[in-house]
Amino acid sequence: MTTLLPETDRGGGPGAHEEAFDAAIAADERIEPRDWMPDAYRATLVRQIAQHAHSEIIGMQPEANWITRAPSLRRKAILMAKVQDEAGHGLYLYSAAETLGASRDELLDKLHSGRQKYSSIFNYPTLTWADVGAIGWLVDGAAITNQVPLCRCSYGPYARAMVRVCKEESFHQRQGYELLLALSRGTEAQHAMAQDAVDRWWWPSLMMFGPPDDASKHSAQSMAWKIKRHSNDELRQRFVDICVPQAESLGLTLPDPELRWNEERGHYDFGPIDWSEFHEVLRGNGPCNEQRLDRRRRAHEEGAWVREAAAAYARKHGEQDGDGRTAA
Amino acid sequence: MSAPRTAVLALGDDALVLSHRLGEWAGNAPVLEEEVALANIALDLLGQARTLLSMAGDEDELAYLREERAFTNVQLVEQPNGDFAHTIARQLYFSAYQELLYERLAGGGTDDAELAALAAKAVKEVAYHRDHAEHWTLRLGDGTEASHRRMKDALEGLWRHTGELFRPVEGLDVDWAGLDEEWTRRITAVLERATLAVPEGPRSSPWAAGAGRQGVHTEPFGRMLAEMQHLHRSHPGASW
Repeated sequence: MTTLLPETDRGGGPGAHEEAFDAAIAADERIEPRDWMPDAYRATLVRQIAQHAHSEIIGMQPEANWITRAPSLRRKAILMAKVQDEAGHGLYLYSAAETLGASRDELLDKLHSGRQKYSSIFNYPTLTWADVGAIGWLVDGAAITNQVPLCRCSYGPYARAMVRVCKEESFHQRQGYELLLALSRGTEAQHAMAQDAVDRWWWPSLMMFGPPDDASKHSAQSMAWKIKRHSNDELRQRFVDICVPQAESLGLTLPDPELRWNEERGHYDFGPIDWSEFHEVLRGNGPCNEQRLDRRRRAHEEGAWVREAAAAYARKHGEQDGDGRTAA
Repeated sequence: MSAPRTAVLALGDDALVLSHRLGEWAGNAPVLEEEVALANIALDLLGQARTLLSMAGDEDELAYLREERAFTNVQLVEQPNGDFAHTIARQLYFSAYQELLYERLAGGGTDDAELAALAAKAVKEVAYHRDHAEHWTLRLGDGTEASHRRMKDALEGLWRHTGELFRPVEGLDVDWAGLDEEWTRRITAVLERATLAVPEGPRSSPWAAGAGRQGVHTEPFGRMLAEMQHLHRSHPGASW
């Protein structure tokens, strides 16, 4: 497998390869798994794709929390389908990481041992049914804002996975909006539930775009490699500009007294983000960090005997095992 | 002619309750592929439940506002998930039954065109559920010693709820004894391939009060309904 060779092990000398790689990036061409790529490019992509995959599977938890309590069968079907989509996104993304020579087992180990992160947004709790709507509208909305540019990312398998992921995320965002709209126009108690959820999810959603540009350690190189196409602050502004009119249509307010249209900039101004909260949650001190990781580890450990059985059966019968991979 | 309300409710409740139990797996499955598969089965069943309950009335009123004794699902589907082997054993027993029943309903077992159409559509979904359960029964039965033991325990533990599957449902023109025979033949064949024995022991409870079809359930069902219904009931008359 050529993909597993480090850059220095190829014939032709690294210089020629690097030139071809740089030219492909400059021409907006896709880098494919069998193409030469710098080790650091590969490492950056593995880190980013793994973090994205982990976010999908950890992100199942806060919403799955409401599947058994969904207040109508229609809502229950929508929510189950959404949580299932997230598992599917996890699958595509782990597969995309595998094209770079990583294995799903190794990435899961890194998640379980805390060596790789997932999006901090999932360290907040879903306290009411309206949180399901707020996650769809705001969290999935922020994710889409982040991810649509990734459909043009320079690494082919990641870009192609993102096309499908974004289509599904867009459905998730609309179901969240529609759920909140029903609550906002419902009884007084339902309206209050929706407002409370938006109050709690707004600021964490803005933090999803990552630290401000001047404090973001990975941004510049990723942009040069065309893995990332827009800066954190640009994307955050785009998201705010989209949300403000949507909040008005929902009949809900956003919890920021400084939010106002700036004619000169052509954008909404918004208040300062509490980055100390962001860093604390990132450090592991958020309301649900421990709970999310514990549950993930427990599911994995409790499932070990099942995976072992599938592998043993596959060895005996020469079929694909439960992970869908051919047994050794 | 339409099928009696009791018949569509019984089948709708089976699908609703099993879907709910499978939904409890979300985020807890042993491998990512099973997150997708279990959710898929849960969604198919929920879709069937919604069609069936809507034939009997308002789906949400029926799901959220009935008391435990008014539910007529078989006790098998309300059994807690347990470990993965229990979930697979429950699915194997139930899917094999549901596939055979839907085949018959699609092929003349009911005069109700709507019910026959639902059965004809759903039988394709259920064939996948059965296939999924069979594959896992083989892997767990013929996998490791530990998985064999767990699968055996699960099959035995749930065996006492299988007799109820073949009690006649009023209004359905089905040869229930023949259904039982075919079910037993199929289950026996799968278990043999999986190096597992067909459980021995009674297939139903001796209690004269009856079982799920009479609205008599097992203790875990009340807690399941409490969780499922609490939000809907907390906001009477609200739309969602």
